[in-house]
Amino acid sequence: MALLEIKNLGISFGGLRAVDNFSITIEKGQLYGLIGPNGAGKTTIFNLLTGVYKPNAGTILLDGNNITGKKTVDINRAGIARTFQNIRLFKDLTVLDNVKTGLHNSHPYSTVAGILRLPQYFKVEKEMDEKAVELLKVFDLDKEKDTLASNLPYGKQRKLEIARALATGPKLLLLDEPAAGMNPNETAELMDTIRFVRDNFDMTILLIEHDMKLVSGICERLTVLNFGQVLTQGKTADVLHDPEVIKAYLGE
Amino acid sequence: MEKSTTKKIHIDKTLKTNLITYGIVIAAFIIVQFLISAGQVSSLMKGLLVPLCIYSIMAISLNLTVGILGELSLGHAGFMCMGAFSSSLFSVSMMDTIPNAGIRFFLAILVGAAAAAAAGIVVGIPVLRLRGDYLAIVTLAFGEIIKNVVNVLYLGKDSNGFHFSMKNAMALNMEKGGTVILNGAQGITGTPKNSTFAIGVILTLITLLIVLNLINSRSGRAIMSVRDNRIAAESIGINITKYKLMAFTISASLAGVAGVLYSHNLSSLTATQKNFGYNQSIMILVFVVLGGIGNIRGSMIAAVLLTLLPELLRGLNAYRMLIYAIILIVMMIFNWSPKLIDFRKRYFHNNRTKKERV
Repeated sequence: MALLEIKNLGISFGGLRAVDNFSITIEKGQLYGLIGPNGAGKTTIFNLLTGVYKPNAGTILLDGNNITGKKTVDINRAGIARTFQNIRLFKDLTVLDNVKTGLHNSHPYSTVAGILRLPQYFKVEKEMDEKAVELLKVFDLDKEKDTLASNLPYGKQRKLEIARALATGPKLLLLDEPAAGMNPNETAELMDTIRFVRDNFDMTILLIEHDMKLVSGICERLTVLNFGQVLTQGKTADVLHDPEVIKAYLGE
Repeated sequence: MEKSTTKKIHIDKTLKTNLITYGIVIAAFIIVQFLISAGQVSSLMKGLLVPLCIYSIMAISLNLTVGILGELSLGHAGFMCMGAFSSSLFSVSMMDTIPNAGIRFFLAILVGAAAAAAAGIVVGIPVLRLRGDYLAIVTLAFGEIIKNVVNVLYLGKDSNGFHFSMKNAMALNMEKGGTVILNGAQGITGTPKNSTFAIGVILTLITLLIVLNLINSRSGRAIMSVRDNRIAAESIGINITKYKLMAFTISASLAGVAGVLYSHNLSSLTATQKNFGYNQSIMILVFVVLGGIGNIRGSMIAAVLLTLLPELLRGLNAYRMLIYAIILIVMMIFNWSPKLIDFRKRYFHNNRTKKERV
């Protein structure tokens, strides 16, 4: 069974059909790319998937469960985590605390235990610290764990956002333009990290990206979106050589 | 090995700053006690000691809403009013039932905190759906509503039990020998004067403990994540309504405790524009802004200094409020001007990195 199955998804804003009849199937462990020109509706699909918008039509199945129209919080608990096109970190919290916030639901203790500093507090906080540092090491951020998130350089902020999303223990990770604003070296490093996450965390990843080097380098399958509709989908190499795609998006 | 030592430093750092904050309160208490026993404190200053605690608690609790939750509340005095009246009602009506002043006052504090928390939930549920300026204006309105509703309530007690009215004292229809406890705009008289400086300091310390421990816990992180980025907080599975309401309610309940101290420091309690109106709410907000939004220790110190200042300047008569205003402006510049913030950062940052290297 596919991990994510979207059927005939659609949403309108006023008279504008932003996404129309969008279907996609992603198998467990796949690295899937969603590309297309600006305004094609890529981020809107992410927002539909994470419950920021409610779809007018269609169904979304995650691991066989219908999550269509559920709240963002419940969708995250069901197993979808995301990053944002314009970075959204908790800027006045430290790097460590950003990741620990991601561990919020998997490491519970009551507010009273926190205020009264009961033994449970120390036990769970210690577990959280260890888990968070472990995650930060993957992204080479463990040395900066006491830095405020807003003081990190841009590339590292993007990485921290991925670490925070992973901390929620998702089945599916959505990355919205992870390489935006990165130089070629940083992008190459990011590609290794994304591959590492997929292999070591057993993760399925759907990403939006404009950097074709990254897309052709790591994505196994692609869906091309144009004016809210699927232009074509299939294996990366086939899609990138499709004359329709070249005409609509890549340029000749 | 190396990992465990760095972790220890991290925990110790927040613990250390918190301990300094508690230390400041305890040191201030000891110094004042020493001065009192040496006969160096005027009766005017003695009268100010409990209000200092009241305003400290108010400033600390408002900072939880403004600095940690990141929502501007202009109705904080309303919750103080709630705590003051509910606890006074309790103390006056339980005067005979619970003769032990200590136990009665302890219960009154719990009653005041609970009543203010309940008001916090009732106000919070509709208000927290709003954001920014809208939220500020609606809290302002709710603060006024609480104060004005209290002014038209009448409550009496006779051998048949309690009587309640919203018209006037006559409408209570009490038997002969019944007493009016809450008499509309004339308020409550005969509240026992249980508030002392020592109790005030203990309550300030408890308030600090609750707020500081909350901030450095799982729930505190969730509250601050909502403040920093609501959409991101939701995307990682944080129930933003729950944590907003939690912060708002705890903040209201602590303001209620300040109200208990206030009402048990006066023999007659009335709800006026001066003590529970929006002027008071804004005054508390001034403490928070000047002390530093999100800086708990700073808001406490600002509350103490700005409460003392008008009294200390009393000798200057007409110039008093002028100087007070100038000091406000200077403090504002010192705390918030970008250049001075840069300067302080550079200075303190150097210190900190040196310590970290050791």
